Amino acid sequence: MSTLLEVSGVTVSFDGFRAINNLSFQIGEAELRAVIGPNGAGKTTFMDIVTGKTRPDSGHVLYGERSASLIGMSEAKIAQAGIGRKFQKPTVFEDQTVQANLLMALRKPRGPLAVLLYRPSPADLARVAELADEIGLGDQLERPSGELSHGQKQWLEIGMLLAQDPRLLLVDEPAAGMTPAEREKTTAILVEAARTRAVVVVEHDMEFVRRLNCKVTVLHEGAVLAEGSLDHVTRNQDVIDVYLGR
Amino acid sequence: MHRSFIARHPSVLVFLALLALFTLAVTVLSEGFGVGVISTSFVKTLGKTLCLCLVAVAMDLIWGYAGILSLGHFAFFGLGGYMIGMWLMFERTRHIVEGALADAALPPTPEEIEAAIGNQVFGVVGSSDLPLIWSFADSLAIQLALVVLVPGLLALVFGWLAFRARVTGVYLSILTQAMTLGLALYLFQNASGLRGNNGLSGLQNLPGVTAPQSEVSLWFFWASALALALGYLLSAWLVSGKFGSVIRGIRDNEARVRFLGYSVEHYKLAIFTLTACIAGIAGALYYPQAGIINPAEIAPIASIYLAVWVAIGGRGRLYGAVIGTAFVSLLSSWFTGGQAPDLTVAGYRVAWVDWWLVLLGLSFVAVTLYAPRGIAGGLERLAGRRKDTAS
Ligand SMILES: Nc1ncnc2c1ncn2[C@@H]1O[C@H](COP(=O)(O)OP(=O)(O)OP(=O)(O)O)[C@@H](O)[C@H]1O
Ligand SMILES: [Mg+2]
Repeated sequence: MSTLLEVSGVTVSFDGFRAINNLSFQIGEAELRAVIGPNGAGKTTFMDIVTGKTRPDSGHVLYGERSASLIGMSEAKIAQAGIGRKFQKPTVFEDQTVQANLLMALRKPRGPLAVLLYRPSPADLARVAELADEIGLGDQLERPSGELSHGQKQWLEIGMLLAQDPRLLLVDEPAAGMTPAEREKTTAILVEAARTRAVVVVEHDMEFVRRLNCKVTVLHEGAVLAEGSLDHVTRNQDVIDVYLGR
Repeated sequence: MHRSFIARHPSVLVFLALLALFTLAVTVLSEGFGVGVISTSFVKTLGKTLCLCLVAVAMDLIWGYAGILSLGHFAFFGLGGYMIGMWLMFERTRHIVEGALADAALPPTPEEIEAAIGNQVFGVVGSSDLPLIWSFADSLAIQLALVVLVPGLLALVFGWLAFRARVTGVYLSILTQAMTLGLALYLFQNASGLRGNNGLSGLQNLPGVTAPQSEVSLWFFWASALALALGYLLSAWLVSGKFGSVIRGIRDNEARVRFLGYSVEHYKLAIFTLTACIAGIAGALYYPQAGIINPAEIAPIASIYLAVWVAIGGRGRLYGAVIGTAFVSLLSSWFTGGQAPDLTVAGYRVAWVDWWLVLLGLSFVAVTLYAPRGIAGGLERLAGRRKDTAS
């Protein structure tokens, strides 16, 4: 399996505090990966670095078959290159309909002029309807997304990510605040998505991670503490000490 | 802007129909072409109000839709006024000068005419040379182009610097205030080439036109109504589709829009520049009706009023911006024009000329606190309630 994203030797400090400490991390094409770790381990900061929100002090972030460096690229350019991101706190455009949210995310030219002249084609609308079905919002297309439940907003955000059709999907705590049934559905959506693209999921809920049934990376104090199957890492004494044991 | 667009947005059609009706009514009641119930000066007031409504629509685009609280759009409005004012003043002076020199023994040379115009126009600032920026003042076509180009270019440069540096929120508002203040201070100087604090005057007189003001005022009134109609249509079209989705997204969560792959800065720059151009056009129609433009017009407070009108009308709704502006600016000219009867409260005489601003300020605070969606929001709630009780 070829490498899609390679993070090597990355360090980030905030006011002298090292949030990411010489982190190295790789993910392959069409791989599903779970990232776990205690609060403040640097999981969100890791996503900030990959998506261009935070610039690392040192290290490399290479992406794609041509191993292009992502450092210094704008957030928009990185997103256009095929990296999608879901935030810890669900962020959809609340005063716009589910359909408008999905249309905005749909993979189409992003320039102001192209967007100004854009009118959704029947194929686009069909794709949006299909996505809405996938995330269980098929009958809510015309609804303002602000009226959706917390879990539905999380799904809508995942749906927007899928609409972007990214090659790498970074998902920050997708199951937070969801009911068990909703969690199960979310797992299914993510596993399905990972069949055709790389997906990195940050999650605290061990049951959720177990159901993803994939390789797990444990972060601690901004560096990788352990990596392997869930059973492997949960037997690791360091992991038990800093994370599971508490 | 096809039939389908109007069909999907009936409120636009309602607005245009009301505007047409209003224009017709004013014409029929005017002194120039009607029964003479509405004085020429009031026709001008109404025409100016339409121009203010147009710049308010632009303000609503940039603030209500894109979430950028620009407090400098009156600078663009004023620049539009200056650009058309240069042509009006130059050409009218040329007519006068040529008339005066016509009786001379020898026909005047072009140099003599130019010198005489320079003397006439710039005598008040102790100069007689036409500055370089007046090079095209004899060409209506070029000055009309400059009405759009000068505000547009200023907005493009300013916006590029500000948005690229990711200046947002209150810092951007302050920066735009600094821009309009800087421009006003510059224009106050006699050396600015635009007659310093005298500004440009006599703009109500169209060069070579002998029609009375009662008729000219209606021409400008119609032009203002047409400009408002077109500006409204363009803005409604702009915000109706995906472009509108994206700029509202920028307003609500800029970072999220970036991570969707949109270059937020380009969108901000596009909407900032476009609204500056609209403001320029509105100003170019306003000042010939006002008759005079001077740097005080683009003082920082003017742009703040603009934001207040839009807030009171209800931002994020184009017709709200129009209602708020028409309502507040007409009320303002009533109160400050000395027509409002003074009140006597507990022995204290409330002179509205002074107290109107206090009233306006209090209404602004009240709207911000209790009706953040302004007059338009209130109307929508009323309409919604009626629908509820009907069904
Ligand atoms: N912009 C910032 N400025 C200062 N400190 C920051 C910033 N961003 C993150 N940090 C700090 O870096 C550390 C790592 O934060 P991060 O959000 O990446 O943790 P996390 O692993 O996502 O935690 P959680 O599980 O709580 O979401 C924390 O101590 C946090 O306070
Ligand atoms: Mg986090």
